[in-house]
Amino acid sequence: MNNDANQTLEIVKSGLARRRRRETRFRWYGRIAIFIAMAFLALLLFSILARGISAFQQTYIAVDVYLNPEELAPPTPEHLGKVDFEGLIRQSLRETFPEVTGRRQKRALYRLVSSSAAYELRDWVLQHPDQLGKAVTIWVLAGSDVDMYMKGAVDVSVPEDQRRLKDDQIRWIEQLRQQGRLDLRFNKVFFLNGDSREPEQAGILVAFKGSLYMMIVTLALSFPLGIAAAIYLEEFAPKKNFWVDMVEININNLAAVPSIVFGLLGLAVFLGYFGLPRSTPLVGGLTLTLMTLPTVIIASRAALTAVPPSIREAALGVGASRTQTVFHHVLPLAMPGMLTGAIIGMARALGETAPLLMIGMVAFIVDPPQGLLDPATALPVQIYLWADSPERGFVERTSAAIIVLLVFLGLMNLLAVLLRRRLEKRW
Amino acid sequence: MQPDTLIWILLALSALAFYLGRNRAIQASSGHIRNLHSLPTYYGYFVALWCGLPALVILCLWLLFDDKLILQMVISQLPESWRNLPEDQLSLIINQIHNLVAGETGRQEVDPALQRAADHYRQLKAIGYQALTVLVLVIATASLTYGYRHVSPQMRARNSVEKVVRFTLILSSTLAIFVTIGIVLSVLFEAVRFFSKIPVTEFLFGLKWSPQMAIRADQVGASGAFGFIPLLTGTLLISAIAMAVATPIGLLAAIYLSEYAKSRTRSIVKPLLEVLAGVPTVVYGFFAALVVAPLLRDFGIELGLKVSAESALAAGLVMGVMIIPFVSSLTDDALTAVPRSLREGAYGLGATQAETITGVVLPAALPGIVSGLLLAVSRAIGETMIVVMAAGMTAKLTLNPLESVTTITVQIVALLVGDQEFDSPKTLAAFALGLTLFLITLALNLVALHVVRKFREQYE
Repeated sequence: MNNDANQTLEIVKSGLARRRRRETRFRWYGRIAIFIAMAFLALLLFSILARGISAFQQTYIAVDVYLNPEELAPPTPEHLGKVDFEGLIRQSLRETFPEVTGRRQKRALYRLVSSSAAYELRDWVLQHPDQLGKAVTIWVLAGSDVDMYMKGAVDVSVPEDQRRLKDDQIRWIEQLRQQGRLDLRFNKVFFLNGDSREPEQAGILVAFKGSLYMMIVTLALSFPLGIAAAIYLEEFAPKKNFWVDMVEININNLAAVPSIVFGLLGLAVFLGYFGLPRSTPLVGGLTLTLMTLPTVIIASRAALTAVPPSIREAALGVGASRTQTVFHHVLPLAMPGMLTGAIIGMARALGETAPLLMIGMVAFIVDPPQGLLDPATALPVQIYLWADSPERGFVERTSAAIIVLLVFLGLMNLLAVLLRRRLEKRW
Repeated sequence: MQPDTLIWILLALSALAFYLGRNRAIQASSGHIRNLHSLPTYYGYFVALWCGLPALVILCLWLLFDDKLILQMVISQLPESWRNLPEDQLSLIINQIHNLVAGETGRQEVDPALQRAADHYRQLKAIGYQALTVLVLVIATASLTYGYRHVSPQMRARNSVEKVVRFTLILSSTLAIFVTIGIVLSVLFEAVRFFSKIPVTEFLFGLKWSPQMAIRADQVGASGAFGFIPLLTGTLLISAIAMAVATPIGLLAAIYLSEYAKSRTRSIVKPLLEVLAGVPTVVYGFFAALVVAPLLRDFGIELGLKVSAESALAAGLVMGVMIIPFVSSLTDDALTAVPRSLREGAYGLGATQAETITGVVLPAALPGIVSGLLLAVSRAIGETMIVVMAAGMTAKLTLNPLESVTTITVQIVALLVGDQEFDSPKTLAAFALGLTLFLITLALNLVALHVVRKFREQYE
């Protein structure tokens, strides 16, 4: 008997070292898994930050122009619309580099300045009519290639014929830089312009406004509808009812339907059947509403179940009707949780792209939308559109747009967390 | 009057009705509210609802149908030769009329008949709005008076109002059913039209996918093949790679976090994992196309392998990263649902913590984990932006992860983005793909639900 026990002990002891090793190994597997996930997150955020942070600055170039009053007066919008400001800027460039001759060379020189420079100059003259007759120095947008060079994104070691920026241009840029005629400034254009074919003129305003309008529509529809559905299912619905079961299964299933299918629904119903205009924030918002509704309903139901039954019983006990109980007592207590759920749903909707592609929000739009029925894009769609462009300048803009999007998502999630911390009661 | 101003007027009228109703109730109570059946505000709501609801319903119905009706009337006034045109050309003319009405004339000369039709349309629309204004205002005042005269101390105002509230709640909750029906019908309807042009068997079992249809009959090399198999293998290949990344990392991370990690580590790592889940998929797509794919290609060159610039591996890898938090949070839920007593029983028998986890906790949590993994697969199959940006466009029947493959979702996007006519097999094919996608994910979701319901142990 004693011998047997000793033997068992021997077996256990002999295996102990191996089992302990296994234990440590197992722990390390978990640590490595977490490390890999975190490494990916770091790589993702770092690669986007590294590419995008430079887009918040933009190269401006100083041009000297003489504002000839004979040509420019009177400085009214109608008259200035006919003036050849592009010629003025080109003349200024030629005067800065008198050695440049030949059509090809000149064209290369003109490309240092963005094609929007003429409009900038016109607007400046409109605002400063008192400067007529003087020679002034005005800072205008530089071309995207110059901008990229200034930010160190042009690889000079590449053979000249494979570069967009030629050796001559680089020489001029260096010369301008030494004269202090090139400057990196905060990139207002990025926040105030719509889309453009030229990277240096492209901005996110259209996409931002489009996203904002869509979020307004989505919030205005999905929040009340989601809360109403959740209240019915939690507080009023009869248990063990076929229809109620159907509704629950449908909600759970809809939460897992791929978002692109909602896009197909939006295309067939909102555009095809109701004939709403394409590419508008209204249709985008409606489609996203259908998509976020299950999320909002599920979160709102969780918030309602978290309210203890004693609250309801107390209200019913003093003679409130069931509707009064819910709307006067349960709902206010569940509201923080519901708001949190709605914000998280909104954050998901804000980052969603695929359904918007289906309803034609992938358009090239320059003018910001003025209302729900004007064509617009959305931030994630703008990212998708720019990501397709091969120019280096657009890679930078794409990353910058991603940074803006991530900042907004982060703020929304932060708001949700704060709301939960501040307002939620623990029972 | 424009419909939106009409809605504001209606709201203002309802607010007025609220005060009228409440005051009448207070007056009728002869100074003591307890003489009333309900609180005075309920009488206010009662009258306001009477004033607003019927008029609003009429307004909505009108707005839904007036365009179609007016269009019919305009078409019936068009010249004979136009009315007999085939449907697609007629819809072109209707579009031109719409453009004229919206004031987008363009540069070319406008056909006088078209201009007449546009004027007619505008005129009918104006008449319609006038009629609508009168109708809505009359209905609103009439029903307001009706509700107002009904206010009396005996009337059960609260019950009526609560009935309306209850009905609204029920209506909102059935919206989920309508959305599902809407998805099924809209996708099914177009898919059936597609299958009337392309046989179902060819779609389901065809080995070739090239949706370029010949625009002219004599065009070469564009016959159009709608075989679904290469898309399915591509989708499954990318999803398999994604799951191969996400399953071990997600599972192990969840096990470590819920069983080993101190609460401080947990409170740092879990939110970070949630950040990974909160990053929009378009960002992952950009990351895959711009960072991971070139990295893999360079790595492949080092090893002497030829890696495509749009390899399935890059898309699958990044998709796997996207799914990690999904897997880990569902696994975490399943693990925490296993009661302590099971773990303590295992410790009592002398098992190490790792043995407890692999021998006791994991088997007990298995149904939850399996259902979570199935949901993750369904998510990977339906994921769009990563594959649109990082996977290829051409359908290849291959299982080599280094080559470029295409997926169902990529093809849906490719077929529907850009200008297209609504009737060609190309666009209809997108809906057929959407239908299969919906059915695949639906099946996976239902199986996942079933696994949990059927095999989960109830510990109480």
